[in-house]
Amino acid sequence: MNILVGISKTPETTAKIEFSEDGKSFKSEGVNYIMNPYDEWYALVRAIELKEVHGGEVTVINVGTISNETVIRKALAIGADKAVRINKETSSSWDTASQIAAYAKEHSYDIILIGKETIDYNGGEVGGMLAEHLGVSFISFASKLEFDGSVFTVEKDIEGGVEVVELNGPFVLSAAKGLAEQRIPNMRGIMMAKRKPLEVIEPISDEGFVTISQFTKPAEKVGIKMVDPDQMDELVRMLSEESKVI
Amino acid sequence: MSSLTADNQTKKVKTDQFQSHDYYQVDDLLQEEHLLAREAIRSWVKSEVSPIIESYAEKAECPTHLFKELGELGAFGPSLPVEYGGGGMDEIAYGLIMQELERGDSGIRSMASVQGSLVMYPIYRFGSEMQRQKYLPRLGTGELIGCFGLTEPDHGSNPSGMLSNIRKDGSDYILNGSKMWITNSPIADIAVVWAKDEEGVIRGMIVEKDMPGFSAPEIHGKWSLRASITGELVFENVRVPGENLFPEIRGLKGPLSCLSKARYGIAWGVIGAALDCYDSALRYSKERIQFDRPIGQFQLTQKKLAEMITEITKAQLLAWRLGTLANNGNASPAQISMAKRNNVLMALEVAREARQIHGGMGITNEYPIMRHMMNLETVLTYEGTHDVHLLITGMDVTGLNAFK
Repeated sequence: MNILVGISKTPETTAKIEFSEDGKSFKSEGVNYIMNPYDEWYALVRAIELKEVHGGEVTVINVGTISNETVIRKALAIGADKAVRINKETSSSWDTASQIAAYAKEHSYDIILIGKETIDYNGGEVGGMLAEHLGVSFISFASKLEFDGSVFTVEKDIEGGVEVVELNGPFVLSAAKGLAEQRIPNMRGIMMAKRKPLEVIEPISDEGFVTISQFTKPAEKVGIKMVDPDQMDELVRMLSEESKVI
Repeated sequence: MSSLTADNQTKKVKTDQFQSHDYYQVDDLLQEEHLLAREAIRSWVKSEVSPIIESYAEKAECPTHLFKELGELGAFGPSLPVEYGGGGMDEIAYGLIMQELERGDSGIRSMASVQGSLVMYPIYRFGSEMQRQKYLPRLGTGELIGCFGLTEPDHGSNPSGMLSNIRKDGSDYILNGSKMWITNSPIADIAVVWAKDEEGVIRGMIVEKDMPGFSAPEIHGKWSLRASITGELVFENVRVPGENLFPEIRGLKGPLSCLSKARYGIAWGVIGAALDCYDSALRYSKERIQFDRPIGQFQLTQKKLAEMITEITKAQLLAWRLGTLANNGNASPAQISMAKRNNVLMALEVAREARQIHGGMGITNEYPIMRHMMNLETVLTYEGTHDVHLLITGMDVTGLNAFK
């Protein structure tokens, strides 16, 4: 089974989020990056597990610049066989999906797995757009993926229950929690990853549809203010002027 | 890899919030494989060590199930060749692995240091091909546990005075004597033992646990490295086959070269303990409010934190430079002594300062500080005492030997 897994790089969950002066871009200085957990823990690991049982090859694909290669190399250390990096700072979900689709069309994959969303912008759009580009089925938020040798069975959590879907490849699946368990790469895997192929290809030309006009941070949560029982006028003023409830 | 099992006996299993600190961007000097190795071990420590370590330390019990996991990760002898159970990595990767393990606990790092540097390394370096094939792959996976016997009850800093001895008997040797302060010994399958032959020459050999006359009683009552098991080795007319002796190596340079490897790992390892204490103190100083402001706003707290990160940064640079020397085979034993001595005391002092910043909370097992501090008291004197390492530097710079 040949499986393509889309992986992306995101800031660590504890990273301090700051934006540039004009509010149009994320300030990346001093930020530690990790592989997007939905891509790594669920999509990639499940792909490797299927390969271990059914044979074949797992290819990871990333749209990004050379600074993404540590994350790509980690995917190889965990057990992917080869990697492709499309050399472009991606501008939107559409851009990412278009770039991956252009590559996937040239190759034949039985299934394509991707995390349900990245933990930075939480778009969750790439999987669906990719499936549309390729003209194949799309299954979102999958928490289980089995293959009996001919048919795939997918489970996804829905409100109040589980939806079970049976289908044949090819399809694009977005991975949710439960699809697999995190694998920590071992030292031999890390050293083997150095010798696995990482192909860098140039992007297709793509006009972005999206321009960022402004990033803003949510308003800081205000703590509880204590007002002295003698200061009733002040309490009324605060309720009226600051919180505007009276 | 077994899933996380939090121990019920630990009152509070807090999420390990550790974040590393790299004030001088030393990471820029590292390669991709170093960063990946560090991240892998850090993830493992967060999921498998942090949730259970306070409980094991409190019970003074060794989490022996971690040996197999450490083997699976490749934390034993990572810089040895792959065909002999190692990882084929460089010395900086080895150092970073030790750092992340010791960030969890010095006892866990000791488990790995002993197995890799004091058991696998001598068998690889001095062993016959048969010995290498027989033991190394299984030591690398953690299927076999090893220990290292050099120190004796009456011979610590002066190992050349050792009394353990071997006497030739046909093609075998009869081993007598005892060893003390041996990490892993009560649970070890094999021991690398150093003893004098009939001419008084130090020889190395591999003793297996089921050889008659060999026992390894546990040492109890330690207030330090409580999650690591320590014992003695007792040899009463143990018959050791001649093929178990290291064929070529003679004299103290055999065991000392192993100790250099382990000390190198400690010079890196203790940075992990220091980072854990600093990270906890920094976070606490921003959360703890006194006099209506976080205590981190007070000058005396800032002085402590500023000095801690300064000393950690210096230790990181020292370790990195030592690592590049070691990669080229140019790290001298005296250079390793300097780094071991400097970095261990640095870590102990960081732990003490961090303890003060945490106030009373610092002495509880809700924070890792006191455990690290107690562990580091051992690290200060094992693998060469703080004072002996000073005299090694003294001898190196003056050319005059203070030991004689």
